Amino acid sequence: MKSYHADERGYYGEFGGAFIPEMLYPNCEELRQNYLSIMEEPSFKEEFQQLLRDYVGRPTPLYFANRLSKKYNTNIYLKREDLCHTGAHKVNNTIGQILMAKKLGKNRIIAETGAGQHGVATATVCALMGIQCVVYMGEIDIARQAPNVARMKMLGAEVRPATSGSKTLKDATNEAIRDWINNPVDTHYIIGSVVGPHPYPDMVARFQSVISEEIKKQLQEKEGRKNPDYVVACVGGGSNAAGAFYHYLDTPEVGIIAVEAAGKGIHSGESAATSALGKVGIIHGSKTLLMQTQDGQITEPYSISAGLDYPGVGPMHAHLYASGRGEFISITDDDAMKAGLELCKLEGIIPAIESSHALAIFEERKFKKNDVVVVNLSGRGDKDLQNYIDYFRL
Amino acid sequence: MNRIKQKLQEDKKILSIYFSAGYPNLNDTVKIIQDLEKNGVDLIEIGLPFSDPLADGPTIQESSTTALKNGMNTVLLFEQLKDIRKSVSIPLILMGYFNPVLQYGVEEFCAKCEEIGIDGLILPDLPLNVYKEEYEAIFKKHGLINVFLITPQTSDERIKAIDNASEGFIYMVSSASTTGAKQGFGAEQTNYFDRIAQMNLNNPQIVGFGISNSETFEQATQNTKGAIIGSAFIKHLTKNGVDKIGDFVKQIR
Repeated sequence: MKSYHADERGYYGEFGGAFIPEMLYPNCEELRQNYLSIMEEPSFKEEFQQLLRDYVGRPTPLYFANRLSKKYNTNIYLKREDLCHTGAHKVNNTIGQILMAKKLGKNRIIAETGAGQHGVATATVCALMGIQCVVYMGEIDIARQAPNVARMKMLGAEVRPATSGSKTLKDATNEAIRDWINNPVDTHYIIGSVVGPHPYPDMVARFQSVISEEIKKQLQEKEGRKNPDYVVACVGGGSNAAGAFYHYLDTPEVGIIAVEAAGKGIHSGESAATSALGKVGIIHGSKTLLMQTQDGQITEPYSISAGLDYPGVGPMHAHLYASGRGEFISITDDDAMKAGLELCKLEGIIPAIESSHALAIFEERKFKKNDVVVVNLSGRGDKDLQNYIDYFRL
Repeated sequence: MNRIKQKLQEDKKILSIYFSAGYPNLNDTVKIIQDLEKNGVDLIEIGLPFSDPLADGPTIQESSTTALKNGMNTVLLFEQLKDIRKSVSIPLILMGYFNPVLQYGVEEFCAKCEEIGIDGLILPDLPLNVYKEEYEAIFKKHGLINVFLITPQTSDERIKAIDNASEGFIYMVSSASTTGAKQGFGAEQTNYFDRIAQMNLNNPQIVGFGISNSETFEQATQNTKGAIIGSAFIKHLTKNGVDKIGDFVKQIR
């Protein structure tokens, strides 16, 4: 049977692999050789489960959104990743990777961050384990995400500005990779999404797969069926989507809907809709779809949501798109903001702007009355308050 | 015979110089190549600038960014180089990241290199296994030598595999670092140079990263065939432009 998971060489169809300079080979190879066996160790599993339960607050609820469902005349469930410790799904992965780093004997952690959510989630687990933490963040992002910079500092992390290139997420990722090249022995790099060289996309997807594992159980309890008709998630790099889709990838009767950020419109020149605008290429060690010039230079994406503002997409999602297994929809800034405010009014939940993109599909696409649609509510909106204030002039 | 192989047979230490095409000015490429040859450099690595050079330190990042801002791209570089073999005979290598090559089309890129008289490629993020499986035949068809990197962390087993896949020289990265990050060599490098020397590899090694003057050039080439200078030369160009290339080469040897 055709599988949409990574093969053992880290390929999803033609996408993935490890296109890395030799300087990174020993680090990635060490991880590649060990990640699956470490994840299978009983002591690892036990500690991971215990921390997800007692520290992160899992399982997160699967909530039937009654008024939202009425409005759109279908059955909408929200997977409440916004209720995780630190405010988003990101922490599922950082818990997994910090335990991985410990098993590998690493005593220094580096990470990249865009809006600061993954940086905060990494700083959090480093504080929890008492491990040194350096977070790379674009100089421009540092200026516009001051609260998260303060959080990371309070948690004991050092935030280093990325001053190269466009000074945003892709450059912070470059800087983190350069740090890893310079510190190949003692350092583990906690990548925040299902991007980067093999085994990162598969490893991060496995750590995030707890999301769909729980959806299956919870939906069974609530609806008497494990499979929804559709599972919907926003995609920047794609880690929350990878987690929400994971256990449904090879279940064709479950529709997979990935929502990308159209920014000011796909053809506005200010967009982050990688599937629509990208071509096959190499970014951060992975062969995937990415936004680039004809000459192969990586271009700067735009979205009102910092978490979706990445010029590439994880290889799993590139394959879901190219194979037709996934339905890809892009949502503009305006439509996302509207959908975010609607969730506040109808359900009393302030979503992250990333997640608002996923919620906006109900205006874009009709579902049947009996359809069961699960939307992964990847994060909460506290971090976006200033954006909401500015946008709605609150 | 490939010019790189021919050069490697000479009984001398190889001085290889790297620069970013399109830097400091868009149309400096040909003059830099001609002046480097005139001043006795043995091999030239022409850097194809990339927006996200993740193995490079600040100096080469900045020269790449400036080159791109100046308007450099693959098509233009080939255009600038189209008559280069009328004026120089020095071995020429194109060095860059894999994505721009992929977008140009690997086959088309290699064909163009052959047409111009390029002798080899260094694409640090094109891994050994992918090269072997997908591209080796294309490179060979167009007479291009592919140069692989090794580092102090590369295992002996992998160095042997790389040696087997190589047919010119091995680019020996002197330390665990990005380009231009470290100055000079310590005990770690000496041990590493000795270790590699004792492996009796088929291919000669040329050392890169951390070489900036005659002292580091001497150290690096004691047990190897040669050394590569990149960041230090870029800094020289930044300060002096393209008029005093001879001064730079003379202070190396």
